[in-house]
Amino acid sequence: MSNAIHLHYDVSGEDFTRAGEASGAVKKTLRRLGYNNDAIRRVAISMYEAEINMVIHAEGGYCDVDIYPDRVEILLSDHGPGIPDVEKAMQEGFSTAPDNVRTLGFGAGMGLPNIKKYTDDMRIETTIGVGTNVYLTVTVNE
Amino acid sequence: MTVKEFAERLNLKVMIEGEMDREITGCYIGDLLSWVMGRAPEDSAWLTVMGNINSIAVATLADVSCIVLVENAALDENAAQKADIHGVTILQTPENSYQLAVKLHGLLEE
Repeated sequence: MSNAIHLHYDVSGEDFTRAGEASGAVKKTLRRLGYNNDAIRRVAISMYEAEINMVIHAEGGYCDVDIYPDRVEILLSDHGPGIPDVEKAMQEGFSTAPDNVRTLGFGAGMGLPNIKKYTDDMRIETTIGVGTNVYLTVTVNE
Repeated sequence: MTVKEFAERLNLKVMIEGEMDREITGCYIGDLLSWVMGRAPEDSAWLTVMGNINSIAVATLADVSCIVLVENAALDENAAQKADIHGVTILQTPENSYQLAVKLHGLLEE
């Protein structure tokens, strides 16, 4: 558990122009540390999707990233409305994103399924009216 | 084939000159950003009509070689700035995705 590199990012809500900054920064850090492309890509994609979710649904939040030699652990936390039906939200194509988001190319109902696809472990804790924590682990395969 | 050669040989307009020496090994077409991000192969030319700032983030995260705005789709000002900062090449063509992809395929087969 030692030797972890810890990174923290605030994700501002309702600001699509800045979404992707945290995942982009993590990607750069992993590249500098010499992680393999597959792991970097999976971390970047899953983290960006989760960031976008926080911007669309939860008016922002924060990410904590812990980088270990064999894995990357990410917590994305928000004080948004919570997810009423997680199982439904996990289905490809299911989306509650508003129309203005769709015109930007999001809201296809691919966010959570993409995150699931690209991570080795994904856990969602959500309480209606309180917020959502998403815990992600990407294992680094050599 | 590099992005530079691709742009020159198919007469594509260079809107943002990023890493022009990057290799192109394939092609991906799509406008739904989450879909594209999850599926576009690395080092591919990404053909789309989405010229907004989020497209740049997707291109960076998915590691595509360049974005091609087909059918002369517009590039937003803030997207242009972000592409410039991140070294993402943006090309533009009046042709549609199918027409351009067929030509790109021909070049990749050479």
